[in-house]
Amino acid sequence: MRAWHFTEMPYPHYPADEPFTRINLPNKHFDPKIGADLYNRYLDEYMIADELGLDIMLNEHHQTPSCIDTCAPLSAAILARQTRNARICVLGNPIGHRNDPIRVAEEMAMIDCISRGRLECGFVRGVPYEIYAANTNPTETGERLWDGVDLVVKAWQAVDAPFNYEGKFWHRRSINVWPRPYQTPHPQIWITGSSDIETTKRVAERGYVFANFLLPHEKVKSLFDAYRANFVERGLPGGGGVAYMPLVHVAESEAEAVKGAEELRWYLTAPRSEPHLRNPPGYAPINANVAMIRQAEKGGGRAARDSSIDQLRDQGILMCGTPDMVVKQIKRFYDLVGGFDHLLMMDHAGFMDHQRTVKAMTLFAREVYPQIKDLPRTQPVRDARTAAAE
Amino acid sequence: MAANTGFVTIGDAEIEVTRCGTGPALVLLPSEDMREANGAFVEGLARDFEVIIPSPPGFGRSTLPDWMTTVDDIAYVMLSLLDRLEIGNVPVIGASLGGWVAAEMATKEPRRFSRLVLIDPVGVKFAEPSARDIADIWQLSPAKVAALRWHDIEKGKRDTKAMSDNEVAMMVRDQQSLARFCWEPYMHNPKLKHRLDRITAPTLFLWGEHDGIAGIDYGHAYSKLISGAAFETVADAGHYPHLENPGATLNVVRAFLGGASR
Repeated sequence: MRAWHFTEMPYPHYPADEPFTRINLPNKHFDPKIGADLYNRYLDEYMIADELGLDIMLNEHHQTPSCIDTCAPLSAAILARQTRNARICVLGNPIGHRNDPIRVAEEMAMIDCISRGRLECGFVRGVPYEIYAANTNPTETGERLWDGVDLVVKAWQAVDAPFNYEGKFWHRRSINVWPRPYQTPHPQIWITGSSDIETTKRVAERGYVFANFLLPHEKVKSLFDAYRANFVERGLPGGGGVAYMPLVHVAESEAEAVKGAEELRWYLTAPRSEPHLRNPPGYAPINANVAMIRQAEKGGGRAARDSSIDQLRDQGILMCGTPDMVVKQIKRFYDLVGGFDHLLMMDHAGFMDHQRTVKAMTLFAREVYPQIKDLPRTQPVRDARTAAAE
Repeated sequence: MAANTGFVTIGDAEIEVTRCGTGPALVLLPSEDMREANGAFVEGLARDFEVIIPSPPGFGRSTLPDWMTTVDDIAYVMLSLLDRLEIGNVPVIGASLGGWVAAEMATKEPRRFSRLVLIDPVGVKFAEPSARDIADIWQLSPAKVAALRWHDIEKGKRDTKAMSDNEVAMMVRDQQSLARFCWEPYMHNPKLKHRLDRITAPTLFLWGEHDGIAGIDYGHAYSKLISGAAFETVADAGHYPHLENPGATLNVVRAFLGGASR
């Protein structure tokens, strides 16, 4: 089990009387002086994570104070130079929204070289409201993700001669990426998914790491099972493994840990987005939209934002407490989902200050991490169909 | 009203075609709202014409081949459909998206059309890059969009509770297909404006007086690009005057098509 420090690099200091909506909150509310302090502080904390023996994860979003890391390759490049041991996971590149996947292949290869092979290269389709910042046609984002990933991988692996590419979304007459990635044939690829079983299987088929974030354990198990079962069906060995992100806060007492958890909960409760921006046409499949319309007719469902600390902890969306309590919660989740390989910790959010963030990270690294490090790497599982055939 | 619906294979697409009424052929290209096959407007037309209503690829029950991504693609499919149905020298009515499709078709084969009626069509952009010609139906809330589309929003409402899952799925698919074709460039083809002078058929622009999606000024400017085009407004109507005020719309359309039907 590897553990990863992660913050979305929030900018929580917008005026309290402004409704915080992603995409549309005017950027006059961003004070560059505060922003400068925050960027430097968050990068310092990533360096502390490195010193503590943790790995580090970065992501990006656009047009929102919930995440001012708008360019994960930039922060990854800084940390490639400023850290020594941590693996650096960019999770991920919104490849479908980038108009030039070859540029992404170059950026990632360069970071891999500067860090001497410490890059883990993630790709994401991008959350629905991101469509409005990128302007990508929402009916095409799934296709663009996979076409983009395949093109990047081909660009990394085609080492003998330049090649041309004339596809549905991108055209290049001569692709010849200098530098090559440091790792051969290329960095481990990660892909995220939250609902679509077909995507999950596709990730498994290619041996990529499959990651998901802040989901209840029943849902995580169904997705991880689909991933692992597909390895066996395809006759593939091992595979990339699976990763899960909860909110994590460790403190010396449970009461103190709950205080920290409340601060983390900002991530679930503060950023709002208008409902239609969460569901641009064509992003979700038709049957999922029919289900949403039927649910709305009945008055809607319950969101994670409305859940209590205890409910979140029970679902595994939040892990908090004393070191021993958190060890137990991680092991419980591990057993409930059939094992996982990477604990991606959103251990900072909202207004949580530097002192609390570092204290919790340190306590995790010293007292929790040694107790979970040796949890066995997960293996492919046999699904019922394969077992019956034997 | 007796209507019959069938499918016509055009290349790798199956196009749904609804026909009703008797008389000379008239093609009605539906708006993205896709409720044109029912109601007083089509019933009025069906008294004088055989009204032929094709669902564009991805709309209604028409299939959507992977390669079709632009309204230009829709226009070519519709022209092939007219070939297949052996319809020539025909009047065409198109509303909103359907008006855009009709304009594209008429620039490609101008002499095929005897009359052109464009009801609140979209498809061109006049303003500078940071000014909107057409309200952004995907950036605004659904309530706001309804208020821009309909003079009386009650007339635009759909009761999903009374609809089957299949009907709801078809409505969702229509909205997705609209995004596929019109997301970017938003609701227009930058080339179309420069091709409209190819149109030779007598053309009538009809505009809902309260259209909040694309205003009357936009309609006027659009009509000026087609030589000799007439421009009329419809009272008590928004973006879909033929659905919202079918009586008044029919009167103007009938008068304009009179020469074509008799």
